[in-house]
Amino acid sequence: MNHGDSKVPLLAARDLTKAHGRTEALRGASVELGAGEILAVTGASGSGKSTLLHCLAGIRHRAPVRPDDPGERLDQLSENRLSELRRTDFGVVFQFGQLIPELTALDNVALPLVLAGTSRRDAQARAGEWLERFGVRGQETLRPGEMSGGQAQRTALARALVTGPKVVFADEPTGALDSLATEQVMTALVHTARDAGTSVLLITHDAQVAAYADREVRMDDGVMATAGVTA
Amino acid sequence: MIGMSTRHILLGLLASGPSHGYDLKRRHDERFPEARPLAYGQVYTTLQRLVRDGLAEIEGTDSDGGPERTRYRSTEDGSLELARWAGEIAPPAPFVTNEIFAKVVVSILSGGDADAYLRAQRAAHMERMRELTAVKTAKGADLATVLSADYALNHLDADLRWMNTTAARLTTLTAEVDAK
Repeated sequence: MNHGDSKVPLLAARDLTKAHGRTEALRGASVELGAGEILAVTGASGSGKSTLLHCLAGIRHRAPVRPDDPGERLDQLSENRLSELRRTDFGVVFQFGQLIPELTALDNVALPLVLAGTSRRDAQARAGEWLERFGVRGQETLRPGEMSGGQAQRTALARALVTGPKVVFADEPTGALDSLATEQVMTALVHTARDAGTSVLLITHDAQVAAYADREVRMDDGVMATAGVTA
Repeated sequence: MIGMSTRHILLGLLASGPSHGYDLKRRHDERFPEARPLAYGQVYTTLQRLVRDGLAEIEGTDSDGGPERTRYRSTEDGSLELARWAGEIAPPAPFVTNEIFAKVVVSILSGGDADAYLRAQRAAHMERMRELTAVKTAKGADLATVLSADYALNHLDADLRWMNTTAARLTTLTAEVDAK
């Protein structure tokens, strides 16, 4: 197995705190994600795991996060730099893939490349390769409404990886899928991320999904739960 | 569960105070309703072995007008052995739930750290699940391998869900066991 080198954290967060109104979602959470590492963050509903992902990915709020490479602090970045980071270094997938309903599978995957200035033709060619890696063949012209849940999530993963990001943030990517579709999506994600050397931060409440990761950290009430001592 | 750990379960029941063989049998059957009821013969044989091994001792006899009954109590070695067993993780194979269940109840009875045990057992389960998932998703894994890994994964997952729920309600569970 190609385990990530945990000595070289790609992302590191120390003592993150975040409140939604009066509710403290994060109460001093710390986590490190190694280069090429697949890390599962598990915990009960409301334990703060999704908020952690949002802070790390800089989606919802700037957070005191320090990616050691290229050595930037997310909480000190300009809006422009943050957007650029999200566009080039971060890929994101949610429970429902957030594909654009009017676009075909191929154009959905090509979109991040087009937005980054690649010609539509080149973008579509690369999008086709990524769809193939995720086992979505012959469905390039389908629109999200015409796909199964598993196809839609694999398309969303292809879109998250098409720009060659350093990290993919996946928030319950299989939460709406049956067990066989879950297996296909997770197998595709793990194989593709390992081949590309991409780190994955995987949020899940499902132990069978967490078992695809190299390592698991559990959250409990906004902080990291004490790791169990393995015998 | 019966056999290998009967001695530990009796030690767990003795942890709350000295008891007669008859009471131990009755409390065992109440506490572990899913297990086969203990035979009196097995209770007495096990108690004699515990005494032989220095893990329990005879405290005295009572008659209460009826037949004479021997009262047993745990020794210090018995408490140590109980703590060792209750904290030791069970091999993460399918169908280990009964042993995990017994350890949690015994931990609570004897004032042990059920939460720490659950964390360690949970980590061992996750480690085994990662191994099985790697086997299952390896390129070129044949169908029989995938099916057998799936079978084990689903049973371990069932254990794990039970452990998560139990950890979450441990405070309530402890209060219930203490009240009995």
